[in-house]
Amino acid sequence: MTKSILISGVGGQGTLLASRILGAVAIGRGFDVKVSEVHGMSQRGGSVLTYVKYSDIAVYSPIIDEGRADYLLAFELLEAYRSLKYLKPGGKMLTSRQQINPMPVITGAETYPPSIEEQIANLGVDITALDALQPALEAGSAKTVNVVLLGALSGFLGFSEAEWRNAIQATVKPQFAEINRKAFEAGRASVINIL
Amino acid sequence: MVLMLGNEAVAQGAYEAGAAVASSYPGTPSTEITEALARYTGIYSEWAPNEKVAVETAIGASVAGGRAFSAMKHVGLNVAADPLFTVSYTGVNAGLVICVADDQGMHSSQNEQDSRHYARAAKVPMLEPSDSEECRVFTKKAYELSEEYDTPVLLRLSTRVSHSRSLVSGGGAERTAVAIKPYVKNPGKYVMMPAMARGRHVFVEERTRRLRGYSELNTVTYSEDRKIGIISSGIAYQYAREALGDGASYLKLGMVWPLPDDLLREFAANVEECVVIEELDPFIEEHCKSLGIPVKGKDMFSPLGEYSANAIEKALLGGRDAALSARPPGTHTQAAMPSRPPVLCPGCPHKGVFYAIKRLGLAVCGDIGCYTLGALPPIQAMDTCVCMGASIGMAHGMGKVRKDLKTVAVIGDSTFLHSGVTGLINVTYNKGAATVIILDNSITGMTGHQQNPATGTTLMGEKVPPVDLQKLCEAIGVRRVFVADPFDPDAMTKAIKRETEAADEPSVIIARRPCALLPVFKPSKGQRITDKCKGCGMCLKIGCPAISKTGGQNGVDLMAIDPQICVGCGFCQKVCKFGAISAL
Repeated sequence: MTKSILISGVGGQGTLLASRILGAVAIGRGFDVKVSEVHGMSQRGGSVLTYVKYSDIAVYSPIIDEGRADYLLAFELLEAYRSLKYLKPGGKMLTSRQQINPMPVITGAETYPPSIEEQIANLGVDITALDALQPALEAGSAKTVNVVLLGALSGFLGFSEAEWRNAIQATVKPQFAEINRKAFEAGRASVINIL
Repeated sequence: MVLMLGNEAVAQGAYEAGAAVASSYPGTPSTEITEALARYTGIYSEWAPNEKVAVETAIGASVAGGRAFSAMKHVGLNVAADPLFTVSYTGVNAGLVICVADDQGMHSSQNEQDSRHYARAAKVPMLEPSDSEECRVFTKKAYELSEEYDTPVLLRLSTRVSHSRSLVSGGGAERTAVAIKPYVKNPGKYVMMPAMARGRHVFVEERTRRLRGYSELNTVTYSEDRKIGIISSGIAYQYAREALGDGASYLKLGMVWPLPDDLLREFAANVEECVVIEELDPFIEEHCKSLGIPVKGKDMFSPLGEYSANAIEKALLGGRDAALSARPPGTHTQAAMPSRPPVLCPGCPHKGVFYAIKRLGLAVCGDIGCYTLGALPPIQAMDTCVCMGASIGMAHGMGKVRKDLKTVAVIGDSTFLHSGVTGLINVTYNKGAATVIILDNSITGMTGHQQNPATGTTLMGEKVPPVDLQKLCEAIGVRRVFVADPFDPDAMTKAIKRETEAADEPSVIIARRPCALLPVFKPSKGQRITDKCKGCGMCLKIGCPAISKTGGQNGVDLMAIDPQICVGCGFCQKVCKFGAISAL
């Protein structure tokens, strides 16, 4: 059984760290894992996609094609909308409600699409949107929005809290372990309440 | 098993193979290989000023008896092509591996050239791994091949192999103890002048013939029905395998040059229909056709960009796939939405230079680096961008045709040292009058902060005397060399105006301010828009992603600064004519 998780966001939002923690938790179970990242120019505030796949059999392509993601984890609302095409029928979308204006909106050439959350829900997509920034700030840093969302995703993936804790510990630098643990738990709690 | 980036796994392989020296120039997607190498003990690793120098350094290390390594992006091999073609003739003493990372899809490149042509043209073997474990194993194998066949070996990666993590065995990093080989003076082998080179060319042709029979890294698997046979390599093999599963037969090539003629013939004869699946050029396909093997390839697949399992499925199976035809409703009816192109970071000093250039309405010959993003809206201050170092040569050439066009060359500190220096020598030597702006942000930015000769720190973290850009330009013969702060808009504008209008001789303006992502930049609380804002939009012109036209109400356009994005550099304050921006 292969699981494909697409992480979308804006360059600089920490999709790489989230994907590495996900990879670490899957390895802990002895799964085959592939994680694909984007470096270089796109990281400068552009749209960024990161792919995570794990399976009890071999994973070949490191890329998730359109219509194939089991889960879509979005760190920004417009990027959630943009990457929707990757979600498979019946797939689950988890997104932050954060909005970051892209340059065409900043310059006034285009407008940020209104009510994206509703638009996606109206398409029949199973979507959960979170205000991830506040819990991230409470955990100690706005930069942990990624881990808050990962915590929310963890509610759906079937790994135990201990497995996640180990994965976070193995991935983040020791001095940031505590704030990331808090951010993760806040995210996880937010969906456990929904479920 | 450890989850490792393909690039890190190449470094692991080189470490295990006992590599002694690594010299590279950064370039996406290859950069992390050499950064990872620098973290191992026992390997001397360095950033060279460019790829040619890096490969020459590696050749020297190999001739002296140490296993040597060099990594670069695809276009970097163009720069290093000169030594490559002749080290093919000299061969090696200790093993020499040159790693080249292609960028299918141009995630961070100016073209998507196919490096395999270099292997054929320079007559050197090329290995192509398809995941991280193969990156490790093939790198080790490359050293064995290099010494056994007396040849440099090219290792070809691609963005998706370089920047994907997959499981790697032997993460315990066992290093083979490889002794430095004895050095024996041998001009017949290492001094390539006509008399000696003629003899070595005979050897090279014979070597290629022998390598054709090397098939250790190729694997063949047959399906039950043997209807479709896929010939593939690298990342394209992974896509094909995912799309077609066990239903197809596969010849997976681990070595993509020279190609194994007999194995290709045998495989094609054993399947009903043979399809070559390779990204970019029909390299394997045309070779098969030259042997008279009937294969399909680019008649079904594009020579452009990246492939995917979906694309292969569609081409071979006609898109008969339930998952695809039943995508989420709305996938195809999604409304158009604003794109999100990459931008210059908040606090980026390059903005100051572009702001001044825009004010003056100059033509700009650009170059390769973060500042290439200055070509995009709202800045749009770039007329050309071709390759590393081209800005200066092109500005000189434009000046020789048109005196009326006020042109500047814009080039980063690392790029200037890579290959801009020679362009500047051409300007002074040939009585040009180009104005060159060196964007000195004290780091190699776009590739993720690598040191360079002007930063005063080496890859291995040692402090060294930095190259003095000012003195270097003066030594070349530029009399008008100035240093200016890009965040002083009036001084910067004045300097550029003066040098483009007044002086009928070359000048260099060094726009010096460190990258906002360096630790030396201390973010402050940020800026805010006050009620003095008239909504003129002047601050939008600097292209800062933190400032937008969303501060107004009731149809009045006023500016707003996003406190989550603003780093408080304060440049926007300096361009606001109404004093409507102040620190939080």
